[in-house]
Amino acid sequence: MRFSRTSTALGVMAIAALALAGCGGGMDGGDPASSDPNKIIMAYSNEPQNPLLPANTNENFGARVVELLFEGLRAYDSSGKPVNVLAESIETPDAQNWTIKVRRGTKFTNGEEVTAKTFVDAWNFAALSTNLQKNASFFESIEGYDEVSAVQPSTDAAGKITSIPAPTAEKMSGLVLKDDSTISVKLAQPEADWSLRLGYSAFYPLPSGALKDPKAFGENPVGNGPYKMAKEGAWVHDESISLVKNDAYDGPRKAKNGGVTFKFYTDPRPAYTDLQSDNLDVSDVLPSNALKTYKSDFQGRNAAKPIALNAALVIPPYNPNFQGDAGVLRRQALSHAINREEICKVVFNDARTPATDFTAPVLDGFSDKIPGNEVLKFDPAKARDLWAQAEKIKPYDSSKPLLIASNTDGGNQEWVGAVVNGFKNNLGIPAEIQPFARFAEVLDLRASQSLPGLAHTAWQGDYPSLYNFLGPVWKTGASANFEKFSYPEFDQLLQEGLAARETSEANAKFNKAQEVLFKELPGLPLWYNSLPIVWSNNVTSAETGWNGAILYYNISAK
Amino acid sequence: MTRYMLRRLLQVIPVFIGTTLLVYYMVFALPGDPIAALFGDKKPPQSVIDALRAQYHLDEPFWVQYGIFLKNLFTFNLGNDFTQQPIAATLGRIFPVTAMLAIEALIIEALFGVAFGLFAGLHKGKLFDSTVLVMSLVVIAIPTFVLGFVLQVVIGVQLGWARPTVGANADWGTLILPAVVLGLGSFAYVLRLTRTSVIENMNADYVRTATAKGLSRPRVVMTHILRNSMIPVVTFLGADLGGLMGGAIITEGIFNVPGVGNKLYQAVLRGEGPTVVVIVSVLVVVFVVANLLVDLLYAWLDPRIRYEK
Repeated sequence: MRFSRTSTALGVMAIAALALAGCGGGMDGGDPASSDPNKIIMAYSNEPQNPLLPANTNENFGARVVELLFEGLRAYDSSGKPVNVLAESIETPDAQNWTIKVRRGTKFTNGEEVTAKTFVDAWNFAALSTNLQKNASFFESIEGYDEVSAVQPSTDAAGKITSIPAPTAEKMSGLVLKDDSTISVKLAQPEADWSLRLGYSAFYPLPSGALKDPKAFGENPVGNGPYKMAKEGAWVHDESISLVKNDAYDGPRKAKNGGVTFKFYTDPRPAYTDLQSDNLDVSDVLPSNALKTYKSDFQGRNAAKPIALNAALVIPPYNPNFQGDAGVLRRQALSHAINREEICKVVFNDARTPATDFTAPVLDGFSDKIPGNEVLKFDPAKARDLWAQAEKIKPYDSSKPLLIASNTDGGNQEWVGAVVNGFKNNLGIPAEIQPFARFAEVLDLRASQSLPGLAHTAWQGDYPSLYNFLGPVWKTGASANFEKFSYPEFDQLLQEGLAARETSEANAKFNKAQEVLFKELPGLPLWYNSLPIVWSNNVTSAETGWNGAILYYNISAK
Repeated sequence: MTRYMLRRLLQVIPVFIGTTLLVYYMVFALPGDPIAALFGDKKPPQSVIDALRAQYHLDEPFWVQYGIFLKNLFTFNLGNDFTQQPIAATLGRIFPVTAMLAIEALIIEALFGVAFGLFAGLHKGKLFDSTVLVMSLVVIAIPTFVLGFVLQVVIGVQLGWARPTVGANADWGTLILPAVVLGLGSFAYVLRLTRTSVIENMNADYVRTATAKGLSRPRVVMTHILRNSMIPVVTFLGADLGGLMGGAIITEGIFNVPGVGNKLYQAVLRGEGPTVVVIVSVLVVVFVVANLLVDLLYAWLDPRIRYEK
């Protein structure tokens, strides 16, 4: 889960999730007589930022490779519904103790069998802090994670870190290998939606060789997925990664092409020209200036499907203008002063849809009728009225303009400008964009609670669950809750949702928790994204999964 | 001669320390924590962050970091970049590509620039001369990225004469289009320098003497006019080689060339101090060596020039 810097290759961060063949519908199969099932598809990518170990891959360009190389216990179909793949069954009597039966008979491409042990070893490897795996925190719910992760560093009086504590255990006590096909998992506390995350790439199995020499494995990974590395050294750094079909793979994502070669581009513009001249077959990263022309440049060869992403503006609670009752009124006023409909239409050419909640429409349990969400409607008169009410409680300090921080490397200028104008024109307050060269700078200031104004965020789901959009972002002390918001009532409802037995019951609690957010309005939901993709004349068509990842295995050559 | 070269090479040391120190400091001063940026808002356990920070010495003060960098540099242990790739291997990949690109561009600009400039200078004021003068002004006035995009779309996409981008397996052939774009700006300068110089030398005493002696026209032009006109051109080309090696960021971006410029840009964006400084260090050496070669060429071009008293 990351903030995505829209449209820059570097920044679009991500996810790893899988979608299943045959669930998407509407696939144009092409003419089977003329199609070549062995043709290699050329796809847009960039240099992965980490060695290709599933639990160390936390960004888009590594994730898309890892997802094709591995298969997990579960996968998400194109609507985001989890489906068992290597899991025969996942059962729990109380949402805390889980029993997972692993399907037998499948193999890694080096001939090693995929057993329960390959999962347990991989998870313990990923969680152990000395292995420095970037997705380690995905295992935090499992009992014994604290011992292997050594979370608390020792600090001196000045707060400087003096030593990094060694983990006190090698393995999570809650993760037990029962036999070759049974894993038992005990969570630190009940979590109804825990099994939803088992489709995420951090939970993939690893062959024994990976644990012996992770560094070498990360260069030449051996997996159990629909594709395998074309050869030793198929990852040519800064240039490309070549994958070929894994003929032994027997699962829902069987490849319809001979392989996928990911070509690396540091800039999406040359990729766009390569697509136009059929030197590249499919891309999910378009240059920002092509967002208005891609439909005519690629007539009949483009698609845009909503993805699980929620864009919002975060209002820092330490800004004195936004504290207390007056603060709540002012936050509501700001929300009413943003014309989401018009920005989505004019600036984004309908590639965004106005938000009606804090999650995303593709998720199970999503509702656009959460009480309190009328605060997201554009209503300048109401905005002025609320602002005037706030003035009576505590006058607004307008000596400094209201700032919206924005990284200039992300192509956000146009819409942030529109929002700023909305504040200026509808509320009559001074407002400005606060430009930053890089995304990391904004993040730094947010983490140290020293960003003076608003920041924009784009939360993308790792696994399709309402909780994944609420807990990590707005819960007290959560990893992405940089502004340190804390609403006990909200936390309580989330906890109740996690402890619920039924998904529907859990979702009802989560949506109830959203009502608290609408009342307090720590952030202003803006819109949901849809991700445009285009493809060349060499392939019949392409589509994306629930999270916007292209289903490469489903692309067939003409 | 040897003493001269030795002295020049010794000059590299202060230049080298000065540049690396400056560049290292600038990258160090970039706001934004590079390790935090690796994770975005999905924070890993603090222990992982601390271990990574220690691995890249980011927990040390500036002077210690710089000292470690120098020590590693002189022990040929360049370490890993933030993507866990050895920097030495990266250098081995990107420099040959950019060197090919720079040399190709240099050949294009030198060959065509000198030829056109010589012809224009010899026929001063004629139609060819005026046309070339205007055209070179136009070329200088158009920014590289405009030229790059236009040539890419016209030649690469619409006409389909060349691959619009380079990408993997760069070779002399695939690099022609970016080399033309890269060389075109300097080509105009070389042309104008050659032309002015040729016009000046045409009236020189030794040219008149040579003509009076009855030497053939080609011999007068090639040996006496052209060779003597080369000094400013060679000076320019020498400095340009360094610029072409390091300053091809825009062109490499447009044509997706996996070279120095592209890598440098990415490393700056990620705040990867060591990678940026290692690349810059190599560029410094390239610059210094190119300038030394230029100075040595002077003596060959003009025997009157001596290096030592």
